[in-house]
Amino acid sequence: MAASEWLGLALTLAGMAFFFTGTVGLLRFPDVYTRLHALTKADNLGLGLLVLGLILRAHSWAVAGKLLLIWLLALAASATSAHLVARAARERGVKPWQRT
Amino acid sequence: MSSAQLFALSGAALFLIGLHGLFACPHLLRKILAANVMGSGVFLVFNAMARRAPAGGPDPVPQAMVLTGVVVAVSATALALALACRLSEAGGAEEDGET
Amino acid sequence: MAADLTFWQWTFDVPLAFGLPLLAWGLLATPDLFKAVVLFIVFGFLLSLGWARLGAPDVALAEAAIGAGLTGALLLSALGRMGVWRDGRRGAPGRFPLAVLSLGVGLALGSALWSLPGRSPGLQERVAAELSRSGASNPVTAVLLNFRGYDTLLEVGVLLLAVLGVRSLGSATVPREILPAGPVLSALLRFLSPPLVIVGGYLLWAGADGAGGAFQAGAVLGAGGVLWLLAGERPPVSPPGWSVRPGLAAGFGVFLAVAIGTLARGRALLEYPPEWAGVLMLLIETAVTLSVAATMIALFAGVRSTRAEGSLKGGEP
Repeated sequence: MAASEWLGLALTLAGMAFFFTGTVGLLRFPDVYTRLHALTKADNLGLGLLVLGLILRAHSWAVAGKLLLIWLLALAASATSAHLVARAARERGVKPWQRT
Repeated sequence: MSSAQLFALSGAALFLIGLHGLFACPHLLRKILAANVMGSGVFLVFNAMARRAPAGGPDPVPQAMVLTGVVVAVSATALALALACRLSEAGGAEEDGET
Repeated sequence: MAADLTFWQWTFDVPLAFGLPLLAWGLLATPDLFKAVVLFIVFGFLLSLGWARLGAPDVALAEAAIGAGLTGALLLSALGRMGVWRDGRRGAPGRFPLAVLSLGVGLALGSALWSLPGRSPGLQERVAAELSRSGASNPVTAVLLNFRGYDTLLEVGVLLLAVLGVRSLGSATVPREILPAGPVLSALLRFLSPPLVIVGGYLLWAGADGAGGAFQAGAVLGAGGVLWLLAGERPPVSPPGWSVRPGLAAGFGVFLAVAIGTLARGRALLEYPPEWAGVLMLLIETAVTLSVAATMIALFAGVRSTRAEGSLKGGEP
């Protein structure tokens, strides 16, 4: 495999590590807000690394452009949905976790 | 065992789980979920069968049937959900001991 | 092909094939209905991964958009409308005989599937032989709109019937409060709508040669419409005073017109003249895309229907 393919593989694996971290945060954090925090931050970065790794292995500029577009759209969607979930939780009176 | 056979057996398992859920769960919403799971099992069997074509790509006819099935399943689910909501507003989405 | 999978492909397929039934069992066994619906959405997305693994990208697109996405939205709306979050009782009386019966059916099905030959061309060779005359080079599109166009005609009719059924049920009798949209969702809508339209058009166009097609394009456009509904606004496409009914009926109408046209010209039903096949299929697909989008929006509005005051600007479509 060429150097760019090895680099692409490394970036993809790094992205997977971020996804794993985000999932651990989802399972382990104490309340909605912290879980949203873990999900959006870790998953967006993980998706970005994954997309970058796939771009390095892509065969044409059109495919690379589409991958980048996917990442931007996913970023916008996940940011908005995290905001909506947090707002709905606050409207229903879910209080942020306090260290007791 | 090829991947086609693996997914076909998985589809059969989904069908049986959905069938059991359809009979055993009392709440209407859960019955709708179980029917969808049954449908997904059937789709999995169809696509697994399509994968058995030896050369030149999978068999497109079962895949087209599954595509049709996905769209029909969502319309049936929507109608079932609307009916279930109406029923629960009229008073009673759970069965009262009589199947 | 089917039997010569690498080790790495097995490490993906085996957890997927085992995970799907486990997930299905989990979603049907949990007493929390919200959790069941969320698990069902996850199940739908994992299933679309399965379609990608089985070499069916068109079905994967449709499953992700319609099967997991729109069905999940419908289920969540219905759950909110019913207002029940846990069902108290678990299981009907006489569960054990039912379980044995289901297990028997499952085992019969499994052994029947196991006894089928591992390699079988099915209809793939016949489709490949006629593909060049069908007007499309994506075999699934050719099958859907040309070789088995009659099935698709009836499928669009079923969509229409479902919309008629949902709309005939009327709006909800119990008023429900809806959170106002807020600036973030409204901004996202206005940011996303042009790309959604472009992606829908691209999927429609690309369906002739690659993965895509009318249903996937209609699902993308329908998802955009559902987002507008969720924000409490009416999509800006329909001019005021226009009803949505022509859009709902357009797909079936155009398809039926083409079918009757082929009959009137002395050919069999939906047998396109080979030089016109591509054009006719694109015409039908465009109408079906608009219809599927309108149907998805109408189905969502119908299941979600609510009599909350002042939350919808412009009223229900």
